[in-house]
Order: sequence, then C-alpha cells, then structure tokens
Amino acid sequence: MELTTLWFLLIAGLFVGYFVLEGFDFGVGMLVPVLGRDDRERRVVINTIGPLWDGNEVWLITAGGAMFAAFPEWYASLFSGFYLPLLLILLALILRGVAFDFRGKRPEAAWRRRWDWCIVFGSAVPAFVWGLVFANVVRGVPLDAGHNHVGGVLDLLNPYALLGGATMVALFLTHGAIFIALKTSGDIRRRANALAGRAGIGAAALAVLFLGLTLAHRGGTAAVVLSVLAALCLVGGLIANRLPARGGEGRREGWAFAGTAAAVALAVASLFAGLHPYVLPSTVEPAVNSLTVLNAASSAYTLKIMSWVAVVFAPIVVLYQGWTYWVFRKRIGTQNIPE
Amino acid sequence: MDVTDLARWQFGVTTVYHFLFVPLTIGLVFMVAAFETAWVRTGDEKWLKLTKFYGKLFLINFAMGLVTGIVQEFQFGMNWSEYSRFVGDVFGAPLAMEALVAFFLESTFLGLWIFGWDRLPKRIHAACIWVVAVGTVLSAYFILAANSWMQNPVGYRINPDTGRAELTDIVAVLTNKVALITVPHTVAGCFLVAGGLVTAVAVWHLVRRPGQDTATYRSAVKIGAWTTLVAMGAMLLTGDIQGKIMTEVQPMKMAAAEALYESEQPAPFSVFTVGTLDGSRLIWSAEIPGLLSFLGTGSFDGRVEGINDLQAEYEQKYGPGDYSPNIPLTYWTFRFMIGLGAAAALLALWSLWSIRRGRTPTNRWLVRTLPLLPLLPLAANSTGWIFTEMGRQPWVVFGELKTAAANSPNVGAGELITSLAVFTLVYGVLAFIEVRLLLKYARAGLPDVTPPPVAESDEDRPLAFAY
Repeated sequence: MELTTLWFLLIAGLFVGYFVLEGFDFGVGMLVPVLGRDDRERRVVINTIGPLWDGNEVWLITAGGAMFAAFPEWYASLFSGFYLPLLLILLALILRGVAFDFRGKRPEAAWRRRWDWCIVFGSAVPAFVWGLVFANVVRGVPLDAGHNHVGGVLDLLNPYALLGGATMVALFLTHGAIFIALKTSGDIRRRANALAGRAGIGAAALAVLFLGLTLAHRGGTAAVVLSVLAALCLVGGLIANRLPARGGEGRREGWAFAGTAAAVALAVASLFAGLHPYVLPSTVEPAVNSLTVLNAASSAYTLKIMSWVAVVFAPIVVLYQGWTYWVFRKRIGTQNIPE
Repeated sequence: MDVTDLARWQFGVTTVYHFLFVPLTIGLVFMVAAFETAWVRTGDEKWLKLTKFYGKLFLINFAMGLVTGIVQEFQFGMNWSEYSRFVGDVFGAPLAMEALVAFFLESTFLGLWIFGWDRLPKRIHAACIWVVAVGTVLSAYFILAANSWMQNPVGYRINPDTGRAELTDIVAVLTNKVALITVPHTVAGCFLVAGGLVTAVAVWHLVRRPGQDTATYRSAVKIGAWTTLVAMGAMLLTGDIQGKIMTEVQPMKMAAAEALYESEQPAPFSVFTVGTLDGSRLIWSAEIPGLLSFLGTGSFDGRVEGINDLQAEYEQKYGPGDYSPNIPLTYWTFRFMIGLGAAAALLALWSLWSIRRGRTPTNRWLVRTLPLLPLLPLAANSTGWIFTEMGRQPWVVFGELKTAAANSPNVGAGELITSLAVFTLVYGVLAFIEVRLLLKYARAGLPDVTPPPVAESDEDRPLAFAY
C-alpha cells in the first residue's frame, strides 16, 4: 500500500475513533440537565464519562498532529480555512473541559448550574460544528492556486452543511443516551433508554437524508456500502434499545451501544471513503486547486518514520485505553455519589 | 498593527498563558507521585494526606493546562498556515509523536488515577501517577524538539521544487543539541515553580495554624524548598551550557541578550543598564568584566560577536533587512529570567531556615512574601520563553523562514481580532476562577483521609472519587 493511502486511512481512523468516543461524551454532556433532575442525578450522568472523556479527546489532538505531520497542506488549508468554526470548537472544548473539573469544586447551586450550561454548550457546539465542517469538506470549498480557502464564512452555512451539523447532534444525542443507559442504574437508566428511542428516530431520519445527499454528490462503491451499513447498524441499535434485557430491568443496552457506535464509525468512514483521493476538494478549478493525498502529503521519509511510530504506539494506546474502560465498567447510580 | 502582528500577539498571549499551567503540572505531578509512593512504601498517613492535598491543587491546575493546550495545536494551522505548509514535514512529526506517545499516556492514566482510588490496588494506583509524570516529560521533550528545530534547524533539506523543508534525518531532529539542553533547563524550571508552590502553601499553614499537622507541613516545606534549590542549581548549570550553544547557533540572540552592538573581546555582562539600549548612547551601566565572554564561550576573554557585525554578516548571507530582534525586550527578559529565578531560590532558602531545628516560622515578612515563592519562578519561566522566542526574530525558523511570511494569508484582521478578543476574555475569566479555587483549596489544608478500601463486592458503596 502507498504510504499516502495508509496515512489517509490512519487519519480517517483517528477521526472515526474520535467521533465514536467523543460522540457519546458530547451526547452525555448535552443530556446533563435533561436526564439529571437534581444535582445528584446530574453528577451520576457526568460521572459516566468522568474518567474517560479526557482520553477520548486526545484522539482529536492526535488526528490533528497526524494531519500536520503527514499532510501539512491539508492541515494548513483546513485549519486556516475553517477559522471561525474551529475557534468556536476550541471555545467549546475549553469551557467543557474546565467545567467537568471545576463544577464539583464548590457547593453552591448557582456555581454548578453555570458549569452545567458550559458542559451543554461545550458538547452541543462541537457536535454541530464538526458536522458542519466535515460536510463542507466533502462538499468542497473554494481554494485558490496556493490551496488557501477563499470563500466567506457565510458560504460554510449552506443547507447541506447545516444538515450535516444537525445529523451529528442527533446521532451523538442518541449515542450518548444509550451510553448513559449502559452505564447507570435505576431511574436515570430508564429515562435514558426512553429518550434514546425518541432521539434515535430523528437521528436515523437525518442520517439517511444526509448520507443520501452525500452519496449523490460524492459516491463510490465503498462509500455506498459503508453508508448502508451505518444505517443498518443504527436501526439495529435502536431495535436493541427496545428489547428488554434478559432477566432484569432495562434494555439490551450493550447491543444498542454497539449499534450506535458502529453507526457513527461507519458513517464517518463513509465520508472519508467518499472523499478519497481528495483530502480537501476545491469548487474552483477542482482539477488544479484541490488537495489530494498526493499533493498534500509529506515526504516519503517522514511518512515512513511516522508509520513506524504509529505501528508501535497505536496498538499500545488502544490496549491501555481499553483497560481504562474495563476498570470503570461498573454501572453507577445516585447511591454511588459521595457527598 | 498588521495581521502578522495580530497573529503574533495571539500566539504570545495564548502560549504564555498556557505555560503558566504547564510548569506547575510537570513539577507537581512528580512531587505528588513521590508523596504517594512514600505512602505506599511506609504506610504513613501523612504522605497520603500530602498526596491528596497537593493532588487536588495539581488537578485544578491540570485542567487549565489541558484545555489551553488544544489551542496551541490548532493555531499553527489557523494563524500560521504558511509556516505549517513550510515546516509540516519536519515540525509535524514530533508534534504527532507528542500526541500519540505522551498525551494519550497523560490523559488516560490521569483518569485512572483520579477515579481509581477504590478500583485499583495501591501499587497500581501509584504507578498510574508515575505514568502521567513520564507522559508530561515525554510531552515536554517532543514539543521542545519541535521548538528547537525552529531555533536551530537540523536534519532537513529544502525541496527545490516545492520550496518546503523536508525531513532527512529524524534522529538529528530528536537529538538536536538545542533540544537536549533545552529539555533539562525547562524541566528544571518546572520544578522551581512546583517546589515554590509546595513550600509556600505549607509555610502558610505552619504560621497560620501552629500545632495542626505540623510534622506533615514541615516535611512539605523541606521537600518543596529543597526541590526549588536543587532546581535552581540545575537551572544555572543547564542555562550556562545553553548559553554557549545559543552563542554558537544563534549568536544574534546572545548579542541581543546583552545589547552588545560592537563585537568585544573580552565582553562584559551588564547587570543593569540605564539607557535606550539602541546602541546610540549609554547613560549608566553596572558591568561585570568578561562575564558575557564566559557565558557565551566558556572563557573569560572569548570573543562575542556584536549586533552590528552580525547584521552585516546576515545582510550578506540573506539579503537586505533587519536581522536583530527587539533589543530592549531581549535585554530585560534575559535579566528578569535569571533574577526572578534566583530570588525564588533565596525565598526557598529563607523558608527552610525559618523551620530549622523544629522552629515555627513567625516572621511576618516571610508570610507576606509567600505568594511570590511560586509566582517569581513562574515569571522567570515566562520571561525566559519570551526571550527565547523574541530573540529568534525576525525568523520563525532561523535562517529559513521569516515570521512575516509565515502567517495565514487568507485569515484577515477581523478574524484575528475576534479570536484574540475571545481568548483574552475567556482566559482572563478562567484565570480569575482558577486562582480563587487554588486559594480556596490551599487554605482548606490537609484533608482527613481514610485509606480507600479496594472492595469489589459492595455495589452501592459511594465512589472514592466522583466529579
């Protein structure tokens, strides 16, 4: 395999990992005031991702770093071209990260309520804006001969991209609700399951519409197959969400979560599959100005070095991050929240 | 002010701000790890108390370092796209390694440490914080290797077709002599800050609450103050080596540090100068003869190149232009870096002296200066970095790419002003909140601790830690 293709796949993989993992973090964040009716319940919701969200966020930082190293032109054009959307994402991630840590450090209700809103803002905004950004990347943006984005910020707010943003929000809301159902016990679990069912219908409708439009624009066998599989997994997850768990309360949350996780993964993968061999297509002089895996890539030497680093360290990362999920596998409920 | 200036201000503001939290994170994580290890090994509860107490301060601080760090990675592409295109091949590699090798370790194992008190056996739990500590140093190493390449580019060639820098030797980049000396110097700076904080908080409690947990706070003062003192020694040693390497690879920076316009042999070091520092006239200056020669060359009568000679040399080499940085700024930041660090070490020494042979510190002046104990080294760290980065100007990559040609051509003043305003406002508010939280928890003092039980069976037991 060409190293440029390998690195395209690796970066796609990092974004897939990021959206599967932070996807439920974002969903959980958005649902803090919805599923948590009092402070104790809100703490249960937040603590389902307490030990995990920070490690999940590193997938994004690594994706950014990998892009910088392997496709500097992609990194430069994307980050400078989507300036204001990324600024909004940064602001959201700053507030969310600080909120998780600072929220519990004072007892006042007003203090906690303010941080709760930071968590909601910090979860909903990145979900929406990432959808907007990725939709625009797939759609293509006007690039000049130096690969600089020359469109205005308002052009990014086209209906297709807004649909992409809404799809991400609905998908992550469902994914997060199912994660909460998987990780909690009692009332919160029941409410999360019910909410996941309702949100899931909206998410499925939006996802089918968005992926359909995407395929019409930038198809290819791989993208079609991945999209169809994504839709099937989402439907499968939603069916599992309706099935009662064997012997006990709740639903088949493990299967439901596997379904939404696979749906997010496959949907993001289908966007990358549709994109390839482009990394940032241009709507102006597409044949010359577009960035592809070839004209955006680093030298063969850099790609070779980075491949070795990735081959050695990526599996180790997955192993110890997996171990964290195992350590914190237990469900929690209001009875587990210390004073 | 043009767009490059706005982008530079933004980089300066966000980076200096980010680096207020990083030194405390790196220094404190090792001290917390040492406290926990002492508890695991001796079973003495005082170490557990210190672990939890300083661990909380560490976590409040870590959150800020983490969230402001993401901005750093994004803004290379957002504000400096021409730079990113030019250097991505070389500079991106250590940055990606930092994320994959260091950031994952830090954040994953920190999650395990924070939430794992009752989920992990004692030894494994203590091992987690050591892994975080190793992660912070790895992270420092990779990012400093990337920065050192900007100071002293090695292991690359310029591709004649694309005009971009391409990596030819990763080992050369990762063993850049500037990186190898900058890492210990920077890490020592981190310990200077963390030692200062540990000492200041513990002395405050000894004075304000005599008789309460005295033995524990005394241990903290001793460990903190000695950390600061040893760190200061390491700063001087590594700084001295660094100065010589700097004189070799970036002579203009050394000349700018002294505002030395004419080459001299031997060259004096001025402790203090009254004047404009523009080379035109000098009003008064307190000079130590030969010291600059020693700092730069290792010999008291070595020759140090002056700004004017270097300017002429660079004009010949790189074409017309101004090749000197902002001289008053480099001159004063260099002195503040050294002076503030030394002052912190003196305060640490005073703290140590105040508790000698079982004494309780009583000097009111000591208490009043306590806030300076972590703040002085923090300011020394900041001024050191401002010196390093400003001293490289007008280059962003020394000898290869000028700062003025590195910003994003498609990002206008409107976007830059917006983002600068957003970051300044949010960072300001968060700084206020963070300082208040740190003070609240520092004042609260040592927590009551019960060694956490590791019981797998009791499902309904409250978690040992939750947000």
